[in-house]
Amino acid sequence: MTLPDGSPSLNRRHIVAGVAGMGLSVVLRPAAAQANELAAAVAAYTQGAPVRAGKVKLDVAELVDNGNVVPITVTAESPMTVADHVKTIAIFNEKNPQRDVARFTLGPRAGKASVTTRIRLATSQQLVAIAQMSDGSYWSHTVNVIVTLAACIEGDP
Amino acid sequence: MARTLINAPTTAKRGDVIEIRATIGHPMETGFRPGEDGKTLPRNIIQRFSCKYDGETVFSAELFSAVSANPYIAFHTVATDSGTLVLSWEGDNGFAQSESISLTVTA
Repeated sequence: MTLPDGSPSLNRRHIVAGVAGMGLSVVLRPAAAQANELAAAVAAYTQGAPVRAGKVKLDVAELVDNGNVVPITVTAESPMTVADHVKTIAIFNEKNPQRDVARFTLGPRAGKASVTTRIRLATSQQLVAIAQMSDGSYWSHTVNVIVTLAACIEGDP
Repeated sequence: MARTLINAPTTAKRGDVIEIRATIGHPMETGFRPGEDGKTLPRNIIQRFSCKYDGETVFSAELFSAVSANPYIAFHTVATDSGTLVLSWEGDNGFAQSESISLTVTA
């Protein structure tokens, strides 16, 4: 078989290989994109300020039975005085449809930098808690969770 | 009016850190789920929560779709003076609700 302009034909095998390659690249892209999105969401929140590990603890079960209701507690080490307190706490996820989970605004009148809530997790993934101190520094804690029953699975393509 | 469940002490000593736990009945529809007709259900979530202690905001939260239905939030505050704590929730479709609790502070 030759193409109308006389150039050598594309081998069927090449076409099959090419299509398979395209499919593979499409499948691989989301995983890398999601990790970048998580980093980008954290960077947007901290406005590019450096984030150090420590001072904040994200307490969540490592093995989650039900992704619809996952209790989490974020605690930060701080005396919570006017001079030295936690200003905000934010939680981000890696693989839900949206990177943001929740953001909390505290202050010296909060007394104790500890917040508990319940969240949804679409799949096994990383969670990041970021605490902003009154001196402007950012601290983080990253946790990997395994989810056996996912939230909103009917919405996944 | 959505049902709320607020768990907080009614009395405290001045300077004590008290824990306030609050739940509100709300579906927190994510905006990512398809309904029975295959179309995505519109988002309906609570976006903001705040606690005012005698008019001053001591704690607030911004919630997103990843927060579970019937959002539960537990936080702390310092008992300073006897007064009223107003807990407010605001969300999509003009959702707004406030509940107040009174706290008696002893010396």
